[in-house]
Amino acid sequence: MTIDMSQFYQVFFDEADELLAEMEKLLLALDVSAPDSEDLNAIFRAAHSIKGGAATFAFTDITEVTHMLESLLDRIRKGEMALTPEHVDAFLVAKDVLTMQMDGHHHGSSVDQTAVDSVCQRLKALSQGIVADAPAAAPGAPAVAAAPDPVAAPVVDADGNCRFRIELPDVPQKDVDALAAELGLLGTIEQETLDDKRAVFILTTGESQDNIVAICSFVLDPDDLKITYDAAPAAASAGAAPAEDLGYGIFEPEKNPAAAPHVAAPAVDAAVPTGEVKNYGRRATDKEGASQESSSIRVSVEKVDQLINLVGELVITQAMIEQRIAALDPLHHERLLNSAGQLARNTRDLQEAVMSIRMMPMDYVFSRFPRMVRDLAAKLGKKVEFVTRGAATELDKGLIERIVDPLTHLVRNSVDHGIEMPDKRKVSGKAEAGKLVLSAAHQGGNIVIEVSDDGGGLNRDRILAKAKSQGLPVSDTMPDADVWQLIFAPGFSTAEVVTDVSGRGVGMDVVKRNITAMGGTVDIRSIPGTGTTIAISLPLTLAILDGMSVKVGEEIYILPLGYVIESLQPAAVDVKEVAGQGKVVKVREEYLPLIPLYQIFAIDPRFEDPSQGIIVILESDGKKAALLVDSLVGQQQVVVKNLESNFRKVAGISGATILGDGGVSLILDVSALLRSSRQLNADPVFF
Amino acid sequence: MSYTTQTQTSMEAAGESAGNEFLAFTLGREEYGIDILRVQEIRGYEPVTRIANAPDFIKGVVNLRGTIVPVVDMRIKFDLGTPTYDQFTVVIILNIGGRVVGMVVDSVSDVTTLTPEQIKPAPEIGTTFDTDYLIGLGTLDERMLILVDIDKLMSSAEMGLIEKLAA
Repeated sequence: MTIDMSQFYQVFFDEADELLAEMEKLLLALDVSAPDSEDLNAIFRAAHSIKGGAATFAFTDITEVTHMLESLLDRIRKGEMALTPEHVDAFLVAKDVLTMQMDGHHHGSSVDQTAVDSVCQRLKALSQGIVADAPAAAPGAPAVAAAPDPVAAPVVDADGNCRFRIELPDVPQKDVDALAAELGLLGTIEQETLDDKRAVFILTTGESQDNIVAICSFVLDPDDLKITYDAAPAAASAGAAPAEDLGYGIFEPEKNPAAAPHVAAPAVDAAVPTGEVKNYGRRATDKEGASQESSSIRVSVEKVDQLINLVGELVITQAMIEQRIAALDPLHHERLLNSAGQLARNTRDLQEAVMSIRMMPMDYVFSRFPRMVRDLAAKLGKKVEFVTRGAATELDKGLIERIVDPLTHLVRNSVDHGIEMPDKRKVSGKAEAGKLVLSAAHQGGNIVIEVSDDGGGLNRDRILAKAKSQGLPVSDTMPDADVWQLIFAPGFSTAEVVTDVSGRGVGMDVVKRNITAMGGTVDIRSIPGTGTTIAISLPLTLAILDGMSVKVGEEIYILPLGYVIESLQPAAVDVKEVAGQGKVVKVREEYLPLIPLYQIFAIDPRFEDPSQGIIVILESDGKKAALLVDSLVGQQQVVVKNLESNFRKVAGISGATILGDGGVSLILDVSALLRSSRQLNADPVFF
Repeated sequence: MSYTTQTQTSMEAAGESAGNEFLAFTLGREEYGIDILRVQEIRGYEPVTRIANAPDFIKGVVNLRGTIVPVVDMRIKFDLGTPTYDQFTVVIILNIGGRVVGMVVDSVSDVTTLTPEQIKPAPEIGTTFDTDYLIGLGTLDERMLILVDIDKLMSSAEMGLIEKLAA
């Protein structure tokens, strides 16, 4: 029986990624002087789960590192060793190495073997630092006494390997062979046959018993398995066995050399009690896994998207029904109308619930920064206090994945350029440790993510000088907001020194471009000497948007409500011609360019005169304009459909949606409209 | 003509007697045929949503059970017959490389099976189609079908429907 293990790989990688992230989070939160035993246990569990999974899939390199990590952690959590900052550092490095190894297996990326070796050495050195002290405490070894059953302790040879005697039940020869091959990957294996033709393996390995059971359970029922420690050759070396901790819990190995003969003797008979023991590891693991995972299931994004699409269809169908029955006489069809009303409510609830599946807390992104900031600050010799706010704020999964890179860049910039060196901060009367705040909050239909530091702020003069030297069109009287936007120009960096952290001038333009591509905007607020805040504003989700439907001639278009500021009918006197360059409208003491939609889309309008139609004031990228339409139709949530999946990109249109009557309506690309309005007369951008 | 060779190979594999099935439709007074496997369904004409500044023959987009599908009018594109839209106007929904396109024609007649012998190479002149988009001319008793390589036509730059064919 062979099982294609590769189908389980993805699950392992996903899980391991999560566990590693969890581990890092816990490590960073750990109070070194008084570690919480719950946290230590959680870290230990994470390491253990990864080890178990890696061993199952025969990723021996990962098993090796996690094993050492686990041994050390086990000792700390049992209070045999005090936690020191060196430990935390070593654990963090080990976590990085594991991530690298994981990537190596997953994506085939290269693995830096020297890093692996060095972390192994480091972990080993740390655990040995205590081994030296251990013998003093060992004779008392309360751990063994505490074990409920007198269990044969694993006999450890000089390489940290154990000899296991694995007695198989009566199984076909090919299963025996398959198992022998699998187990052979763990160490050296010898095979014998009992009188009743059952096979027995003698396995010498550094793996724990759980892992052996886990592997065997792919082929046969683990309850039929008898695993014992094979004492024969190991007994001689047992006396000299270094106290390398192989197991945990009741597997606590005896460190007392005097106990060795006692170990060797009952080893053969020990099969009976080990019947219970061997299950311990599995059950415990199951329980640990269950407590973490029972509250969530893993579903592929495609399935969720399909669900969202279907619900979108349902909403449209429901709107159709609503429209049809609106024409019915309420007296005669009261019950039908009531049911339809209920359907409408249920549909709306369903839609909300389904949309929320795609939503993920910002914590998913935020959680990777504490480590980065910590490392970066240490590297630059700065002190940074990192605070996150609103980590529970939810954002669409698609967006959350795309925000990681821009945000990483901004945080890096803040630590590198924003926050000053401690001595400089002291001179300017600030606390030595700079404060970096990462926050997320909902604001209307948007989520606003801010990276804010209390550092030196942007230097207006330097940016202007740099812009001038690069030939950008600037003037000394530009408003601050415009000056700050200059740093998003390609190749713009005012950092005096190019470090490997930032300063090469690539990046800010990429940040801006990425965020614009997501339909978001970036704003900068900065006060010299007080700090800088970079605010990213993103739409909550891409799939559904609040739209305002407007009518021009016979056509209906949807305006994303996020861009709409107000709509009004201008007085004839407020509309002015600008020397053949089009019209402007005076709204609240501001002259806004007028964009006649009928002109752009070549529609026959009902009204060409703005004072008879309606103007909708739109704002995008800090620029405002007035869009002239015939009338407003209404406001509704629309399901955004991609126009490009069967057609192609249409200038001025960002997508399409299906209306209640089954017809299609196009969604206007407001930022493109506003951009084009500035050049509309000179150079038509539409076809 | 990679298409012909490809279909011929597959036909040979299927057996000697097997031919290719074509959906016959009319544009004006000419009769055309397209590979039936590219046809997803046939529908009546429904009002479309116009796309601003698009060429005339792109009528607009319609909602086909939740997907936005562009509709082109072949009569306008090839200047054949008079584009009237009534209850008899037919839209052939094509699925080409996973992309769905609606094609307005005057009428749909039948599905015919043509053996390779019945397909003659197209002459260089005589049709409004660029011969690049033709498979050949199919003869069926007194009828002559102009066989169109619809994949090539719909993904051509001339139609401007697709920026780049997905498949």
